[in-house]
Amino acid sequence: MSFFIGPDDMEEIALGGAFLGTGGGGDPYIGKLMARSIMERENVSVEVVPGEEVPDDALCVPVCMMGAPTVMVEKLPSGDEALDALSALEDYLGRKADYLICIEAGGLNSTIPFAVAAHTGLKLIDGDGMGRAFPELQMVSLTLHDIAATPMVIADDKGNSGVLNAISNLWTERLARAVTVEMGGAALVALYPMSGAEMKKGLLHGTLSLVREVGHTILTERRANRHPGDALIERCNGYDLCTARVIDIERRTTGGFARGVARLRGLDADQGREFKLSFQNEFLCLEDDEGRPLALTPDLICALDADGGLPVTTESLRYGLGLRLIGLPADPQWRTPGGQALAGPGYFGYPHAFEPLEKLAGKHRAA
Amino acid sequence: MVLRLGIDVGGTNTDAVILDGRKVLAGVKRTTTEDVMSGIAAALEAVIEAAGIARDAIDVAMIGTTHFTNAVIERRALDQVAAIRLGLPATACLPPMVDWPADLVEEVGGHRYLLHGGYEFDGREIAPLDTDGLRRIADEIVAKGIRAAAVSSVFSPINRDMEEEARKILTEAVPGLSVVLSSEIGRIGLLERESAAIMNASLLSLADKTVTAFGDALKGAGLHCPFFVTQNDGTLMAADTVRRFPVLTFASGPTNSMRGAAFLTGVKDAIVIDIGGTTTDVGALQKGFPRQASTVVDVGGVRTNFRMPDVFSIGLGGGTIVSGEGESLKVGPQSVGYRLTSEARVFGGEVLTCTDIAVASGAADIGDKSAVADLDPDYIAAVRARIAEMLETAVERSRISPEPLPVIAVGGGSILAPDQIGGLEVLRPENFAVANAVGAAIAQISGEVDRIFALDKRTREECLGDADEEAREIAIRAGAVAETLEVIEREDVPLAYLPGNATRIHVKVVGDMGGLDA
Repeated sequence: MSFFIGPDDMEEIALGGAFLGTGGGGDPYIGKLMARSIMERENVSVEVVPGEEVPDDALCVPVCMMGAPTVMVEKLPSGDEALDALSALEDYLGRKADYLICIEAGGLNSTIPFAVAAHTGLKLIDGDGMGRAFPELQMVSLTLHDIAATPMVIADDKGNSGVLNAISNLWTERLARAVTVEMGGAALVALYPMSGAEMKKGLLHGTLSLVREVGHTILTERRANRHPGDALIERCNGYDLCTARVIDIERRTTGGFARGVARLRGLDADQGREFKLSFQNEFLCLEDDEGRPLALTPDLICALDADGGLPVTTESLRYGLGLRLIGLPADPQWRTPGGQALAGPGYFGYPHAFEPLEKLAGKHRAA
Repeated sequence: MVLRLGIDVGGTNTDAVILDGRKVLAGVKRTTTEDVMSGIAAALEAVIEAAGIARDAIDVAMIGTTHFTNAVIERRALDQVAAIRLGLPATACLPPMVDWPADLVEEVGGHRYLLHGGYEFDGREIAPLDTDGLRRIADEIVAKGIRAAAVSSVFSPINRDMEEEARKILTEAVPGLSVVLSSEIGRIGLLERESAAIMNASLLSLADKTVTAFGDALKGAGLHCPFFVTQNDGTLMAADTVRRFPVLTFASGPTNSMRGAAFLTGVKDAIVIDIGGTTTDVGALQKGFPRQASTVVDVGGVRTNFRMPDVFSIGLGGGTIVSGEGESLKVGPQSVGYRLTSEARVFGGEVLTCTDIAVASGAADIGDKSAVADLDPDYIAAVRARIAEMLETAVERSRISPEPLPVIAVGGGSILAPDQIGGLEVLRPENFAVANAVGAAIAQISGEVDRIFALDKRTREECLGDADEEAREIAIRAGAVAETLEVIEREDVPLAYLPGNATRIHVKVVGDMGGLDA
């Protein structure tokens, strides 16, 4: 079923995206403000349609931000970049886009397609390429279905843009990342232009509905003065990973990513334990004080602020902040050998073989 | 033994206490006056007399005030501000004050300017600083008679040169203009830092007037001891710092009342309800400290990222107006505020307030009891039940565990609180009415380091350790007790644009002031 998203719904989209975005995908507050202001200015709502309703020959295009989320909280977009990227891609293809796609869940990357949709009047497809967020652009279900990331357009705040054609999606990531760094660490891109038929096969479906539902749960639980963690675990078949306070945070903006490690000290039931949370834009690996993994990419490591219950992004981590970490099983496609090769712990250089949450959670809890 | 004077200047009342070590010698409450000064003077005279001490025996004075928060919340006494952002062509989609309530934008004039300039994350310029644009803005500032400006450049926490340059150009072109730089106030996160800088700029003339009034009041009372003002995190800052950064006092009120409540009861874990004339603030004490809001806090509808206690406010206080009955019974949110002593029935007025209900029920004995003798006992019970219900909801919201914590009731309006709230025992410490002033008197000392460290010869951990040590030494020199020191902020921002692998480290430690042990 299709549904409409108006300016007042953007908070749900931004919060739901930020939770499923596992720390990455950008700041939900900025995402909400950007999409809201365009919807209010144009006085429109955006229609989200199920993938199956899209004609096979339609041109479907994802638009998103690429780069370090730490840059985006400081260097806000000019507002024209995503539109520039989309129209340059349309010019290159000699064809107008028929539908827009959200490439990943995230506070900003779930909301930017809404801003572009509000501006262009295009509909958005209910799905995304990850069911979460990942740091690199080849890490999408589309790659697993041999859909090419290029031709792709990358655009910045200054009016620069470029078209990329690459021999593989990994090469697209390498080249686009180098351009992103030169553009100031963040850029807007339109990529993976695909037919309706390819979209139906390659996209993870229904995930925008899920984003909205998760956002709705966070808002309603908070309004009822309950921490949303329990309801989210229930809704998403999740696992409580730990509740802990940040005691050290080391981060760098390098290679077009926000990379770093947070050391956590357990609170409440986890008192006396320590944890190490590693991230590259997204939270990717959680270990206990003996280096044993508690949750590993591609499974989701979602962070809520331990007191208030709002999603916490990697760029908002700071000394003293209390976190409640929740693990969610990734889409089954990610757990296949192909999915693990694309976004498993080995790709990121973590010294662990992937093991699903269902096995890891509880394994060391009594220890 | 050290004699310390604590003063709390609230919207309705000005309280003063004198502490001898841990002992409260005297505490008084007076009405806050329009000019601030005469209210403080009246409270000072009263407290010195009640304590029976010589004025020159007082060693140090600490002032907590909600004056600046209230100015923003009530939209009054704010200056117009030229809000200048350096960042074009980036950032245009969300201009300064984009997320502010419309009435507050109007109050500060809505003067938004976006100029070319700012830095990338690696220190490159987004665009060269638009100096002609700044001179054009300077002309407009003169033409419009604006007296304050706030300058925010993209990535100024890693390089503040452009903000400094902009200040130089503006003050040369407009002599006497006060210019606040966002890099002096906040951290990474452009919108929050910029909003804090604009609010700070709008408060500068009020800050100047208020700090002068504080000083004059103390001098007028014959006190020549140093005086400090309490800030958001419960630590002290020098009076002259407040003239430049009034925004740093924003949440000091709730911080002081919670720390005061912990001090007066000796209880370390509790829910604190501070019932004033117009509102009730509810927050949680954890290990003797206010629980901090973890992410962002709204002040007057504006998002900030200051370190502040997590406090929830409801419209219930001694002056809250009671009307209707049965189904249409209403308690608040309107209040007679500081006019309580003329408009409430027990003070000869016509308006039925929560204070009248407290007197009628026998929970308090103030004013003229006979003025409320006509109230039906059932009606009194119904209103008290409603008040209890409002407090229970607020207390429940602040509870994060099912543990049966005590509730500490402080503030002048705490006569409204029942003996139990939602099954939790209510503690009313002696001197509960002046807990804020007690909290100010026991404010903590901080030590802060914020500078660039080179990582080429030393590791990051060693540099963080050095910064901690330096901050501790600063705090101890300023009078903090070494054993009580703890780190409350620790942040490092790698500066990719400087050679030698440089990083900017910010550490803040706080600890108790010496001389508090009895």
